[in-house]
Amino acid sequence: MNGVHDMGGMHGMGPVQHEKNEPVFHARWEARVFALNRAVGAWGKWSIDASRHAKELIPPAEYLRIPYYEKFLVGMTELLVKSGLVTRAEVESGKPARGSKKASPPLTADKVPLLVATGVPASRNTPVAPKFRVGQRIRARNINPTGHTRLPRYARAKLGTVERDHGVFVFPDTNAHFLGENPQHVYSVRFAARELWGEQASPQDAVYVNLWDDHLEPA
Amino acid sequence: MDGTRRGFLKATVTAAGAAATPVHAQVRGEDHGYAQQAVPSDPTLRVKSLESLLVEKGLVDRKALDSLIDTYEHKVGPRNGARVVARAWVDSAYKERLLANADAALTELGYGGLQGEHMVAVENSSKVHNLVVCTLCSCYPWPVLGLPPNWYKSAPYRSRSVIDPRGVLREFGLELSADVEVRVWDSTAELRYLVVPERPAGTETLSEEQLAALVTRDSMVGVAKVSASPAGAKS
Repeated sequence: MNGVHDMGGMHGMGPVQHEKNEPVFHARWEARVFALNRAVGAWGKWSIDASRHAKELIPPAEYLRIPYYEKFLVGMTELLVKSGLVTRAEVESGKPARGSKKASPPLTADKVPLLVATGVPASRNTPVAPKFRVGQRIRARNINPTGHTRLPRYARAKLGTVERDHGVFVFPDTNAHFLGENPQHVYSVRFAARELWGEQASPQDAVYVNLWDDHLEPA
Repeated sequence: MDGTRRGFLKATVTAAGAAATPVHAQVRGEDHGYAQQAVPSDPTLRVKSLESLLVEKGLVDRKALDSLIDTYEHKVGPRNGARVVARAWVDSAYKERLLANADAALTELGYGGLQGEHMVAVENSSKVHNLVVCTLCSCYPWPVLGLPPNWYKSAPYRSRSVIDPRGVLREFGLELSADVEVRVWDSTAELRYLVVPERPAGTETLSEEQLAALVTRDSMVGVAKVSASPAGAKS
């Protein structure tokens, strides 16, 4: 979706604010949201792609206004309700509905080290042939889906070169909508800065974007 | 943030809010939720309430939450990445392995896992400067750098790094000459990037551990160079 989350190339956001000796979390609630997000994710009811999309759906003014971990809180709450793990009424009251059964959490403390050490790989062993080869000139497709996509606006319809084939990965554009993993090749595509931004850009600079087969067409 | 900037931001958000009404209405119409009552004021209270609900329902385990927080507050952070960089500086064979297959090379040192399942290492030199961003969200290589700092997740960094990397670097105090090629890596997939900064001159006699102490988080994102004196280094 052409949302405000797709920020590459926007102006007017001000200077970068660098904080010296920044703590990992600025408040305890941030730490709790961070951990809750991982712990409820362990139910496997939604993918990381769906969780990114849930944050993208936050209305734009709200998205820009609220702090980072509040976006996590909003997105996670929506997914919890959508997936049926909790009801809206339970979120509002903070109490389980009468007679609701108590579950067993899938992520217990003893399983945290394994989760941290192995993560959740997005690569797949599915034998899918690459549609493009390293060195090939490509054009990023000019698509404007209303749903989730990892093809940023600034790269659409631009010419680039395939620099590296990373192998087969889950395709977020379908997976975010529970429409299947649709595994396909992911590439590092090099776009000359001038192709993206015109004469104002430095002639030798470049932006590398990771794109999937379905984002590309031969140049 | 100064008063002028705050006032400006407020005006910007108001304008965005006015323009956004149809989108919001559409989103609600499609039953994606995000009703106003789901976004009340104080996150502290809302988080407390949600956590106690989830614990009571048996959906999450409080000790698992504590353990996750402890991991990223105390165990996993940029010191990991610094050890990788120092090793690459002293061992050219290791550096070659790191640049060719970062996952395997990081595993050699015991690093990998959550939000670093698929790693790529890129090397800075006198001719090439690499800079990492995630314009769409906040993707960042947790196993080697820990959780991202606020500036990395912020709108200014996400918006400008791709269109004006040299301007962003200047704000970090790094002026690159025109003949250096700037490569910006936008983390749009599940690949996470580690920048191997240039080894500073005058560090020939230092041990691997002493070198690791010089390597900053910012240098491994690509917004700073490594200085030969740790005092001159940014956090």
